[in-house]
Amino acid sequence: MKTVRIGCGAGYSGDRIEPAVELAAKGSLQYLVFECLAERTIALAQKARMADPDAGFDPLLEERMEAVLPLCVNNGIRIISNMGAANPEAAVARTQTIARRLGFSGLCIAAVTGDDVLAQMRSGEVPIESLETALPDPQTWVSANAYLGVAPILKALEDRADIILTGRVADPALFLAPLIHEFGWSLEDWNLLGQGTLVGHLLECAGQLTGGYFADPGYKDVPGLAHLGFPIAEVIPDGSAIFSKVEGSGGVLNRATCTEQLLYEIQDPAAYFTPDVIADFSQVIIEEIGPDRVRVTGGRGRARPATLKVSLGYNDGFIGEGQISFAGPNAVRRAELARDILAERLNGSGISELRFDFIGMSSVHGPQLSASAPEPYEVRLRAAGRAFSRRSAARIQQEVEALYTNGPAGGGGASGSTKEVLAIHSALIPRDEIQYNINMRAS
Amino acid sequence: MRLIDIAHARAGDKGSIVTLSLTARRAEDFPLLEQGVTAARVAQHFEEFLDGPVQRYELPQLGALNFVLRRKREYGVTRSLALDAHGKCFSSALLAMEI
Repeated sequence: MKTVRIGCGAGYSGDRIEPAVELAAKGSLQYLVFECLAERTIALAQKARMADPDAGFDPLLEERMEAVLPLCVNNGIRIISNMGAANPEAAVARTQTIARRLGFSGLCIAAVTGDDVLAQMRSGEVPIESLETALPDPQTWVSANAYLGVAPILKALEDRADIILTGRVADPALFLAPLIHEFGWSLEDWNLLGQGTLVGHLLECAGQLTGGYFADPGYKDVPGLAHLGFPIAEVIPDGSAIFSKVEGSGGVLNRATCTEQLLYEIQDPAAYFTPDVIADFSQVIIEEIGPDRVRVTGGRGRARPATLKVSLGYNDGFIGEGQISFAGPNAVRRAELARDILAERLNGSGISELRFDFIGMSSVHGPQLSASAPEPYEVRLRAAGRAFSRRSAARIQQEVEALYTNGPAGGGGASGSTKEVLAIHSALIPRDEIQYNINMRAS
Repeated sequence: MRLIDIAHARAGDKGSIVTLSLTARRAEDFPLLEQGVTAARVAQHFEEFLDGPVQRYELPQLGALNFVLRRKREYGVTRSLALDAHGKCFSSALLAMEI
């Protein structure tokens, strides 16, 4: 029976690269997928592109490609990733340069675009349905990206692309597309698409399926977490899949890790909305069939929705923060006094939602001295607040620093930051408003 | 008993929504979760953060429950002033619950 082996080499933009190299070298893969776009990542990338037209793709793209490309070329593994972020064309151009430098000519590298719908949204000609409260003021919008489905990836695979780089695409679609391509599934066989989406959803967070974000010593122990291996799905034509990881890699893959990942970021398990299918995970069966081998079946689905989700990135003011530590006798009371002073000094300065936290167990003088104290030996006061202007937000850090010469005794290690808040608003637009493009280059 | 003694949990986030899965470590303990960890009890546990009721979904074949929590606006991922803006640590907070 025909099987397809897909590995997941990244579960977020900054993910570790060694497990992907291990998968490319020893995973017997046909496809290596890197999922690198969290909800806000593309909005941040759009800002980077505005500052530099050649930027806006994944900051680790170059390092990842250099690490895995030789192995993927030698082992015949095709790469699919959303590392294109806000600039898939530039990501492809950079990958082309890397491939040539490494001596690989004739590789087909495809850029998938069309997810950027900011201009259409701004034109006011597209019906927009807000998924939350009222849409934010258009003046504050910095990006709008629709979640594309499998169609452009499928087309690029049919056109023999070796590497496919996309912008915003629904995470499971990165994995579902090669399954549809290999098995020739109908785009209207909702149960198969539901099962394929299940495979994608389990893989998309990489290490979270193999014991990452799972260990709780004494309750849930994970061996070899320092050398965590990433997951592989071996899929057969009916969509059922056996999940495993490279032999000898760290981590654990069992019923419990699969159950946690199955429900991760899922609301109603019977109605998981994607551009390609409304997947139903409510009847999924997870069976342990060997050490670090799990069979998953029972994903189903219903007809795909008529709308596509759009992530709208917008500017939402500034957050200012400052921290300072107090230690030794009476530390808590001095920290509380510092809080009261800050609250008074920051009052009426354009800052809203001012918040104070007392952090601390053993970060200043280590566990020995801390343990001998009748009260917490140390406490770190944290102040955080929101403001419309950067200047107002920056006052929090300034006032925390000023505690050195204007506050209680013995404060130390003041630090702070002021950052612009890039918020996300979700909306729906009609599917037929979106037109994707594929641009193929050879190395 | 505390939930950590019989179950494991993971939190996920989608904007102002936090999802919490709760899974029995042994299949035979699932009825304890089903009876003891109602949507209302979870809503009460996280009262100060929430805006509206909690939804609960049951997956008996996996020994798991899934909760959907809607946070108040000031606790949403992009707006929150808290150190754990995503609400990732809510999974441990749930496991501290007594049933």
